[in-house]
This record gives sequence, structure tokens and C-alpha cells, in this order.
Amino acid sequence: MSLSNKKIVKGIKFGLLSPEKIVKQAVVEINSPETYDQDGLPVPGGLMDRRLGTVEPSQRCETCGARAGKCPGHFGYIRLERPVIHPGLAKKIHETLSAVCRECGRIKLSDEELEEYEKQMKELEGRNPNLAKALSKTVIKKASQVNVCPHCGATNYSIEYERPTTFYEEMGGKKGEASSLVRIPPTEIRIRLEKINSVEANLLGWDNEVARPEWSVLTYLPVPPISMRPAITLETGLRSEDDLTHKLVDILRANEKLKEHISSGAPQSVIDDVWELLQYHVITYFDNETQGAPSSRHRSGRPLRTLAQRLKGKEGRFRGNLLGKRVDFSSRSVISPDPWIGINEVGVPIEVAKILTIPEKVTDLNIDRMKELVKRGPNNYPGANYVVRPNGVMVDLRYVKDTNEIGNELGQGFIVERHLRDGDVVLFNRQPSLHRPSIMGHVVRVLPYRTFRLNPAVCPPYNADFDGDEMNLHVPQGEEAEAEAKEILLVENNLLSPRFGGPLMGAIQDFISGAFLLTRKSVLLEKGEVMDLLYAGSYEGPLPPPAITQPRPLWTGKQIVSLFIPESITYSSKANSCVGCGDCKYDDCPGDGFVYVKDGELLMGVLDKKSIGATVPNSLLHRIVKDAGVAAGREFMDKAFKVFLRYSEGNGFTVGLKDLEIPNTVREALKKRIKEVEGEIDEAIAAYERGEVEAEAGKTVEEEIEDTIMSKLTKLRDEVGDTAAKNMDHESHSYMMALTGARGSVLNLTQISAIVGQQSSRGGRIVRGYSDRTLPVFDHGDMSAKGRGFVESSFYEGLSPVEFFFHAVTGREGLVDTAVRTSQSGYMQRRLIHALEDLHVEYDGSVRGAEGELIEVKYGDDGVDPAKSDHGIALNVDRIIDKVLKEGEVE
Amino acid sequence: MVSTHVLLSKEESDELLNVLGVSRDDLPKISTRDPMVKYLKAKRGDIVKLIRNSPTAGQAIGYRVVV
Repeated sequence: MSLSNKKIVKGIKFGLLSPEKIVKQAVVEINSPETYDQDGLPVPGGLMDRRLGTVEPSQRCETCGARAGKCPGHFGYIRLERPVIHPGLAKKIHETLSAVCRECGRIKLSDEELEEYEKQMKELEGRNPNLAKALSKTVIKKASQVNVCPHCGATNYSIEYERPTTFYEEMGGKKGEASSLVRIPPTEIRIRLEKINSVEANLLGWDNEVARPEWSVLTYLPVPPISMRPAITLETGLRSEDDLTHKLVDILRANEKLKEHISSGAPQSVIDDVWELLQYHVITYFDNETQGAPSSRHRSGRPLRTLAQRLKGKEGRFRGNLLGKRVDFSSRSVISPDPWIGINEVGVPIEVAKILTIPEKVTDLNIDRMKELVKRGPNNYPGANYVVRPNGVMVDLRYVKDTNEIGNELGQGFIVERHLRDGDVVLFNRQPSLHRPSIMGHVVRVLPYRTFRLNPAVCPPYNADFDGDEMNLHVPQGEEAEAEAKEILLVENNLLSPRFGGPLMGAIQDFISGAFLLTRKSVLLEKGEVMDLLYAGSYEGPLPPPAITQPRPLWTGKQIVSLFIPESITYSSKANSCVGCGDCKYDDCPGDGFVYVKDGELLMGVLDKKSIGATVPNSLLHRIVKDAGVAAGREFMDKAFKVFLRYSEGNGFTVGLKDLEIPNTVREALKKRIKEVEGEIDEAIAAYERGEVEAEAGKTVEEEIEDTIMSKLTKLRDEVGDTAAKNMDHESHSYMMALTGARGSVLNLTQISAIVGQQSSRGGRIVRGYSDRTLPVFDHGDMSAKGRGFVESSFYEGLSPVEFFFHAVTGREGLVDTAVRTSQSGYMQRRLIHALEDLHVEYDGSVRGAEGELIEVKYGDDGVDPAKSDHGIALNVDRIIDKVLKEGEVE
Repeated sequence: MVSTHVLLSKEESDELLNVLGVSRDDLPKISTRDPMVKYLKAKRGDIVKLIRNSPTAGQAIGYRVVV
């Protein structure tokens, strides 16, 4: 198409097909319910008539003469022996019938009123469609209440509508007579609708030009072309017709039966029955989920997928085919971790790399390489799958006998679709794609085995773990897409969150444990160990002078880490092991909790989640990425993290039950304390039962006692937990993980070794179950701690059956909540995205809608791009002062 | 509670529309029945300037066209 005859779509208007149009657009009348004759040839005038177009490649269309792909298909029509109601418009028909006179077809309002409404309608039309709709609603409402027509004086009756398509008139009822419902046949309805004049039709909400009221009672039915309902041939050779074809056969059968009955002069009741059947088939042909009509089913009992079902819902035409499509050059597999590849990389199985291709144009510079790839063919790994000749003909190398021949033919203008190779950039994605970093660019690293490999440090933005997660990979086709993937989507360019500007990725789990172990004060490394660690971190450069020279040279862990921190970094913060003394003891901190980096050298403090963890604001990692650049950030993560892992491997990192033991004396003391508090609670309950408890303002007595018990139990758990935590082995790896933030919390540990604590359901103690009690082992009305879900055992000791049940209640509630929340928030997100998708920030800093309408004068009121801010704040003043004055400096 | 509403004069309105590069129809709307509009005696087509507190910028400015 040339540029000049392109048309711009201004709008789309929907209307009804008139009977004349249905006939005019059709190429053939369909009147035979038979589709094929004995020879298996389509019956002329049947649903598979050749004139409706063809889908078989061997035939030409009898109407347009084109072959399968080119023939668009042609409509036919069915002449219905008796009119039927269009099921989608039944409601509108009811409104209209109620508003107009049964005799003269005028709206049952006085001429003056009508004139006034017409004037208002003229003003609203086109300008405000919503108000126009509201106006016709009021007209209908007013006119429906009139019994005597102001124009011809005829008596009108109220009209009842019964789903899906039946209408009754409530006749009689005068002078104490019982009223009777009289059915209005579609023929009569059509006559009444025909009488409505064009101006009044508009007033009733019909767009008269494209939708005359009487067109809503069907006399003709369009038959869609075969290309819209192709039959499929099963392996057995049997043909299976499309659901629409089945439904149309039903309609034709009913129609033919109706015709026979009419011409043979059958009694009216028989005719009505068949007419009703025809109406039913037309209803289900339009929408097989219509309320009030039983769904039409296939022989197997499967409901038929008719017109409305093709469009509706998640897998319908709109959401399934138009808003979402399947793509080529993509791949999906299980993911597994590989900390030894870079964060920018993704491990791609060789088998995948042999299928996914990149089109590369043959030039003087790459012709030798391309020739080699083509010669290697599709089966030898670095090879090629297709060659596109300069004339546009594509050669599939799988079916080429001698790839050498075509390889030698290569020259300028050829395009080679070569295998994916190390260094190519691809897009990597994990669903649900809730935010921008759910799709990032990765550099390919072709590896053996069959899973995609990714560095665990990039798990947080994808929210990925390795319990069976799968991810998708897409290969950009073309230089522009590749450049975008490399420059915009690459992982290192997404280290900082576009939502708040903090780091999204960072150390997790073993990276953190390893960093903590390595940077502790007690670490002194032999030369060999240092070499081993630096090799793991691919360090290139001189060894720093050893921290200790006598009796032999020894290096500290902090020295090793310092080699990987960019020189420009000066930073201070507090680690998790900071005990929180009022006055910081700096270097003498018992937990080495004061982290201080000066000019890229870690002088004091241990590294833990607070310094290098993912999604931690104002961490050392954040400073590196922001001050030294994303490349430096990536390098730190690629190199230093490997050192951490290497050290933790050499050091050994494991957990055992022994980690969580607490001395028996302490355990007994805790048990005693628990009993004490339970006693207090029993006393409080006794006082409540004696009626001695007084409620605080705004609470009932029941709430008061409940709160008292809850607070006592919470306090007890905290108290017991603290004591237990103090008495645990602080050198154990379990405790270390909880302390550094690598995994688990101190609360988890106290639940294991000391006390599980109160279980909750619906935001309070567990109260549901049997009447007045949670389980039959308790007395009616037992309010004690144990009877309402308090678990005083620890996981270490084991739970009693009753405690186990309470624990399961809470666990199940959590599971259900998660399931409900994800579906709800997912739908909310969908709605939000559709509402907000075309908002954008203009060059003047204002937020505009799709048509340039002003939404906000300045984005976020302050015009700050959160992606480039420090947690929403444009300038971190404290940080700048710190940097200038080097205030963090301690001597 | 109610943030400051200021009725813009004809000249101020024209100046504003010019600076923002929008027509009246592109501005957010405020009803003629809005109490503040009634208080300011603003007519259909007038522009009201809103000055309100903002958690990010301290004070933020918005505009509404009376419809």
C-alpha cells in the first residue's frame, strides 16, 4: 500500500444488519440441513456450499476463484420461516415495547412532552453520549407508566419480559377480573416495532440510521463463511465439524420442520413448539451461556463454543488473540542457580542455542565466519539454521544435502540465521511480570545440561527461586532490538529500582554468610588462602602488604574485600551485629558493628545484609552503584561475591540441631516462667468470670479480657524468646544466619528452641471450632491460654496433638490468604494498568494523558524521577555533607 | 481542611493556558456545584487555581476549569 491511499480510522460505529443487507452481502441462500451427499461432496445450498469459499488448498473458491489463503470467504444467508428475537437485544425490545403504543406505535407521551425531549436529545446527541443514554432512559421510564395512548386513545397493557426471549401482555384485570398473561409472538413484536417513526426511535435509544428497531427481530440469519468455521480432519480420517456448523445445522433443521408444518397446515400449537425450538437454537447460536436457556451441548456433553464464547473471556478473541499473542524466537525452561556466572549472564543449554537463531547480514567483514557457520549446518553447535538469499528466498539448512555448496555461494546481501552464541544479548523474563525488572537483558553463556542458569544475586527482581520455577527467554531479531536490550534492559542497567532508586539486587543467603565470615576480626589468612580467594574473584593486580608480618605474613579478610571496593567509595553505617550502644565504640564495638569504608578500603566493621544485601537502602552496594557507576557495581557483585562464596566453601558452612540447643537449666527456668504466666491468666479469667473486670473506654468487657490475655502472652513470648536467644550458641551458623540477615530470623530460632507462641486466626486467638470451644478436649467456654491456641512447646521438643492442630489452623489460614490476595491484587493491577497505560511525562515536566490533557502540573508535585532519587528524595543532603566533610571518619 | 482556591482573572487564565500549552478542555474539571466554586462565584469556563499541601513538594499547584 502506498502512503497516499492510507486512511485514518476516526472511529468505529456498530449497528444492526438489516434483512436487506444480510441478503445483499450473501452469495448463496442456505436451505438444506444436509452438508455432504453420499459421495462426500458438499451439497449446494448446504452449509458447506463451495460458493462460501474454500479452506482446502487444492480447490478454488466458486465465488471469487481464489485459492484457500487468498479467498476471504463469503457469507450466505438463511431465510427464517418465522421471525425470532435477537437474544442480545431482548432487553432493549422490552423497553421499547413498553414505551410505545400497541396500536399506533407512537411513544406514549403527549406531543408537547415529546417535542421537549426531542429538543433536548438533539442538543445532547454526539456531544455527550452518556447523557443522551440517560435521557432515553427517562423517556422510557415515563412512557412505560402510561396506560392510554395520548395519540390514538388505545388501551395499553403492561408488558412482562421472561428470559430469554418471551414477552407477555398483562391483559384484563379490569373490575376485579383476574388478569391474564397473553404471549406476544415475535411476528406481532416485529409489526409493532416497524410502526415506530425514526425520530422517536432515536429518542428511545436506537440509532435509527444503522439500527432500526424491527431489525432486532430476525427474519434472515447470516451464515458465516467456512473459513470462520473450518472442519478438522482427525487422524482416523473422520471429519469433525466446527461447533458453529453444528449449531447452524440445528437451526436449519428446525427451520425446515417449521416450513413443513406450516405448509401441511399443522395445528398452531405444533407450529408454536417448533418455532420455540428455532428460537432456542438461534439463542444458543449467538451465546451458549445465555441465562434462562439451557446450554446446547455436543454429543460428548461438552457445551458448544458459539459466537459469544469465541470473543469472551481470557482465551477469547480479544484477550487471547488480539491483546496477547504467541511469539517465535523464544524458549522456556526450568531455572537453576549458578553463582559462578556473572549477574549479567544467563546460562543457555546447548540444545536451546541450536534452535534459537539470530539473523546476521553477510558482509565483507564476517563472510568467512558466516561461510563456516553455514557449512557446519543446523546440527553442529556453532552453526546456522537458515540462509536467506538476496532475492528473499529462505533456505532451510535441515533439508540441504550439502551445506558446503550453499556456504560457498554466500556473498553480500545474504542473511544467515545463525545459532545463539556466547555474548549475544537476550531478554529473560519470569512471570508474573509485575514490574519493569521482570524482564531484563542477559548476555548468553552457552552451557551443557538442560536448564537456564542465573546468578542467585538477580533472583530478587524476578522473585525467582529454584524449587521448579521456569523462565522465558526471547532473542531480539535485528540490530535495533539488540542495541536496546544491551543498553537499556541489561541487568547492570537495572541494578537500581525505577520505583525508589535503591538497589534491587545484591547478596542473598550464602553470599551474605560468606561475607560475614570473611570480614570478621578474627580472620587471618595465609598467603596461599589469599591467593585462592583472589583467584576466585579473578583479581588482577598486586597483593596488598600483609597486615601481620611476624612470624609469617598474614592478611585480614577485610583487606581482601577492600581490593574489590572502588577507590572512590567512602562510607559508614551500622551492621546488624551493632548492639546499639548509645555512644558508638567504633573500632572497639563488641560485634564489630561499625562499618567504615575509607577511599575504597574496609577499615572496620563486618559486611552483612545491611551493607551488601538486596533491596537494602543506603547500603555499601547502593553507594558503589550510585557513586562509582553501574559497571563498578556489577564488577563488585561479580567478583567479590565469588570470593565470599569461596571463603564460605573453604571455611565450611553447615547447620545442625545442636545449633539450637539451650542449656537445660535455662529451659527449665523458662518452663517455670510459662507456667507462672499461665497461672496469671487463669486468675484474670477467674476475675472476669466473677465480674470484677472493668473495661477501658470503648471496649466491652470481653474485649478487655481478651486484650489482657493477648498482651500477657505476647510479652511472655518476647521474654522467653529473648532469654533463649541470649543462651544460644552465638557462634553457631544458624544464629549467624539470623544475625546477618542471610536467612531466617531470631524469632524463627526461638520458635525452634524455646516456644512457638500464640497461634492466631482471623486476627485474634483461635476461637472457632465446636460450640464455645476450639476442640472437644476442652471445657465449654474455656478461655485459658491453652484452650485458645497458645503453643507452649518448641519445635525442638515437639508439639502436642492439640498444639499441632492449632499450628495447622494458622498455617492453613496463611495459605488461603496468599491465594486470595494474589488473585485479587492481580485483577486490581490489570484494571490499574489499563487505566494508567497512556499517561506520560511531557518535556515540561507535566503529566499528560493520551490526548494531551493535563493530569498533573508537575509529576509527583516535585518533578523528581524516583528512579534517579534516593528512596524518593531527590538529594540526600546528609550523604553529601558526609562526603564533603568525611564526617564518618574516625581516628 | 479545604485547600486554597484562587479564581484566576481572564488575563491570568489566558497566560496560564499559553504557558501550559493546553486548551480549556484539557484541564481537569471542577463542578459549578462545588462549594468552593460557589463561594468564589466562579462561572462556567473560569479557571480555579488550587494550592495544596503535598508530601513530596511541600506545596503543589493545580488548576481546574469550572464546568
